[in-house]
Amino acid sequence: MTSGGRVGATAMIVCLLALAVLPFVADKFTVQLVTKMMIMAIFAMSLDLLVGYTGLVSLGHAAFFGLAGYILALSTPQYQASSFWISLPLAVAGAGILALAIGSLVLRVTGVYFIMVTLAFAQMLHYIFHDTKIAGGSDGMYIYVRPDAAIFGWRPFDLEKFGDFYFVVLALFVAVFIFLRVVLRSLFGQVISGVHVNDGRMRSLGFATFRYKLASFVLAGMLAGVAGYLSAVQFGVVNPDLLGWHLSGSVLMMVILGGMGTLVGPILGAFAMMLLELGFQSLTKHWQLAMGVAIVLVALLLPRGLVGLANWRTRAKEAADG
Amino acid sequence: MDFATFLIQLLNAVQYGLLLFLVASGLTLIFGIMGIINLAHGSFYMIGAYLAWSLSGRIGNFWVAIAAGVVLTVVLGMLLEWLLIKRLYRRDHLYQVLLTYGLILIFEELRSIVWGDDVHGVPIPDSLSASIPLTDTLAYPVYRLWMSAACVVIAVLMYWLIQHTRVGMMIRAGASNRDMTQSLGINIDLLYRLVFALGVALAAFAGMIAAPVSSVFPGMGAQVLIICFVVVVIGGIGSVKGALAAALLIGLVDTFGKVLHFEVGGFRVLPELAGMSIYLLMTVVLLWRPEGLFGKRL
Repeated sequence: MTSGGRVGATAMIVCLLALAVLPFVADKFTVQLVTKMMIMAIFAMSLDLLVGYTGLVSLGHAAFFGLAGYILALSTPQYQASSFWISLPLAVAGAGILALAIGSLVLRVTGVYFIMVTLAFAQMLHYIFHDTKIAGGSDGMYIYVRPDAAIFGWRPFDLEKFGDFYFVVLALFVAVFIFLRVVLRSLFGQVISGVHVNDGRMRSLGFATFRYKLASFVLAGMLAGVAGYLSAVQFGVVNPDLLGWHLSGSVLMMVILGGMGTLVGPILGAFAMMLLELGFQSLTKHWQLAMGVAIVLVALLLPRGLVGLANWRTRAKEAADG
Repeated sequence: MDFATFLIQLLNAVQYGLLLFLVASGLTLIFGIMGIINLAHGSFYMIGAYLAWSLSGRIGNFWVAIAAGVVLTVVLGMLLEWLLIKRLYRRDHLYQVLLTYGLILIFEELRSIVWGDDVHGVPIPDSLSASIPLTDTLAYPVYRLWMSAACVVIAVLMYWLIQHTRVGMMIRAGASNRDMTQSLGINIDLLYRLVFALGVALAAFAGMIAAPVSSVFPGMGAQVLIICFVVVVIGGIGSVKGALAAALLIGLVDTFGKVLHFEVGGFRVLPELAGMSIYLLMTVVLLWRPEGLFGKRL
């Protein structure tokens, strides 16, 4: 292991420990904020699987996030709790099926077309929920009672308690991180990286690249569904904005701000972006203006994101030492 | 549906299609020639509409307001290209998407600061406020006919500019090889700045002339942008002919989708779902010809 790798691993363990002790030392507001940050980090990691690893720039990733939330809202009986163990798999499966349907269409095109078509399909879903009465139209739906985690009378955690919910999100956040790390190191991960670099060459090596891309798209959609489900549980409400392109744009910003093509990048990006948002909101009513300027600056000056910045500094240091 | 109603809907469909074509052609122009995907294109449409509203209110004359608006948006386009867009030519589409998404947030917020978040109406200019009677009860507004005519005139002018003038020749040369054109002594930077400004002005002009019929509202840019993407995907990117065909097709499908109520197997299709029809059309095209109706094979 290089010294950089050892530093990275140590930093990761320190961060994880900090996250684990946070609820015991911080106030409710901070705990809920960090919960939201981890949810967005799951969402950003799922998009990075597409953008950073498979080379597919999707501008409609919120569709899967939002649909999972809507599935929870629609499957929750009014004034009663749904079962966590049923509604979570249901929401994730629903997001996966949607990703399979959209993916098999959008993967027929590439490049700039792909960007436009993913946006158009996500917007179609947005209009379906916005213009029809299936789920409360533009007002959305409330989830009055959070899902119940009881299995045969035994309740390992209570999602109505914000502390319990924090640890559930932390566990899923770590699980998604480890899962993606394993997936990306497998043959599947190697193939999608190959597709990113040169699709044609991978095909001539005998890989059915369409299937790999579709699998990656579905996987990303399902993980976005995990994040969307958790977000709906946290806020107890879903509305069409959860499927909208502003969210798709924000999550793309998180991925690039942090550093695409790495797993740590989207996490850093999600945390940094939420802090930026909070900072701008506390300064001005017109915080979107500041956010817009920040996005333009990141696009121009920070193409490799925060991770790229750190790597560039360590490389410069190594060069100076060597 | 009787003939007069049908005729009105048909004229509406063509007018809507031509307007979409005007916006989409700006998008296609900027992508086809400069290789830039511009998400902020819808914002320029919105800016055009708000300019028409605020300038015509201030100046008192719709036509002078349009002229002033076009000049302002050309200047805006040139400034943006000089400040930001030119740094993106050699960069991946990803960064173009991110930067122009940032521009959307900036323009939306500036719009909110300068003009507020209310919906406004723009009066139709007196000279075009008449209607042509079709039957005893139905009439067709002259302004909409004028809109269609204006779109056609601009489309023809654009075709002439690009295919039959010296500047057009330089633009086409620049699109096929930027470096080679530059080394022949043509100021390619200025040329690209002009093309970008032209695209911006096209979208803004469409917004200005649409303002009296569609009213002026905050979300109008996003709505148009997404429909334009559908137009470009159906028509084939970089193809102006394709954009025209697709825009007219979408005009027809969208207009008649909202008027006709289908019954499928005894189940009445919700009129709210008519908005879905254009995406259905896009799905069919993606399955049948992923490169678009007039696009080159991918």
